Amino acid sequence: MIGFLFSAVAVLILCGIAVAGVWALDLKVLFGVIIPYAAIITFFAGLVYRVLDWARSPVPFAIPTTCGQEKSLSWIKPNKVDNPTTSGWVILRMAFEVLTFRSLFRNMKLDYREGPKIRYSSEKFLWLFAIMFHYAFLVVLIRHARFFLEPIPGALVVLEHLDGFMEVNLPFLGLGLPAMQLSGLLLLGGVSLLLLRRIVIPQVRYITLASDWFPLFLIIGIALTGALTRYVVRVDVVSIKEMAMGLATFHPVVPDGISVWFYVHLFLVCVLFAYFPFSKLMHLGGVFLSPTRNLPNNTRERRHINPWNYPVKTHDYHEYEDDFREKMIEAGLPVEKEMSEPEPEAPVAEGAEEEDK
Amino acid sequence: MKLYNGPIIIVGLVIFLAIFLLPFYISGGKTAAVPKPELPKKSVATECVMPTEYMRTSHMQLLNVWRDMVVRDGDRIFINEKGKHFNMSLTNTCLSCHDSKAKFCDSCHDYLAVAPVCWECHLVPKEKK
Repeated sequence: MIGFLFSAVAVLILCGIAVAGVWALDLKVLFGVIIPYAAIITFFAGLVYRVLDWARSPVPFAIPTTCGQEKSLSWIKPNKVDNPTTSGWVILRMAFEVLTFRSLFRNMKLDYREGPKIRYSSEKFLWLFAIMFHYAFLVVLIRHARFFLEPIPGALVVLEHLDGFMEVNLPFLGLGLPAMQLSGLLLLGGVSLLLLRRIVIPQVRYITLASDWFPLFLIIGIALTGALTRYVVRVDVVSIKEMAMGLATFHPVVPDGISVWFYVHLFLVCVLFAYFPFSKLMHLGGVFLSPTRNLPNNTRERRHINPWNYPVKTHDYHEYEDDFREKMIEAGLPVEKEMSEPEPEAPVAEGAEEEDK
Repeated sequence: MKLYNGPIIIVGLVIFLAIFLLPFYISGGKTAAVPKPELPKKSVATECVMPTEYMRTSHMQLLNVWRDMVVRDGDRIFINEKGKHFNMSLTNTCLSCHDSKAKFCDSCHDYLAVAPVCWECHLVPKEKK
């Protein structure tokens, strides 16, 4: 639980840094221009570095995970998706994994439901919460493009309207923005459920480290401050888009009158971007470069050669006998080839030599 | 640096960067115009029902409250912070000064892909030539 407290406090301190920097010290250029640019550069440079680092790491063995019947004799039906033998099927399996999280769908748990008998039962909540969270995050991310594009493409306008088709009007709670974005609600719900899962299940809590808690708290912080700026504080979005467009067109401006809550939101997003390449969040790129997922299971058709194999210097018995034949004969030791034989290439010896290779 | 499966990984990276860095190159370095909603002439009106800073960020909440009070409670009198009375009416109060949807409302709403529900019931005011 040290990691839990550490991460929660760390996110609160980050919020405090943004509040202190903007509200007390008035460092709007630092928090509105310099830190966002630094975070974006860190994100893209770090991501490219990590991917290239994986790309130059050799894969010593063919280790695709297989979840179905391997291609075998003609009368045994192979499972081509779960046990792909060609690149095409590997790409299809990867697409299913990336788009539908099939490996999480297979999540199991040990169950004592029938007394002392143990069994493995299906556990779908991880998959459900994960898919909720990831797709909602994707929609939220795409929706934010409206702050960086002018004019806004028609598809984004449509998405914005579809996502906000539900109306919420609770003036007594201070919530007064008619269009409630469903993606935001699902994002906050999904990430909270993922957090709850790590808190509630003891075995999962035991293996949860600070590097798991921190991104969860950070994303919860981002979602909460985002909802706050939209529904409760209602920040001046026209000025915010002016600022965002300034960043996107490399003519940064810092308009006045933007609430400090927006800067907290922006700062947490910058921390997420900068933290991303060095954290577990790099599964964004890692899933594509994972040897258990991107290799075809064709080891019976094609030999996988370890790229870091180097030519091994050998000195086998025949060479040893060549070195010492004279002395061996002198000492009365048996030799395979006699000295006197002018044509040493005996068929038997040749066969033995082949085997040693 | 030797890369394994280099070409396909580089292609993937380039596609990723091309999509995510779109806002940075699509504008070609040109700055975007900031919307300037056209305010009513000084001869028509000098102040709104609430201060400008409030209206900039929270006019939608005000309109929602007005709608609920008028439609559900039949209450049409709004008293602002200065004690001034207003008739709670989008058409008769707001639009009597802000008489152009295109030049006032839409300038910011289009800038941010906002689609207010006002015009599902209210008629759009005719544009003056």
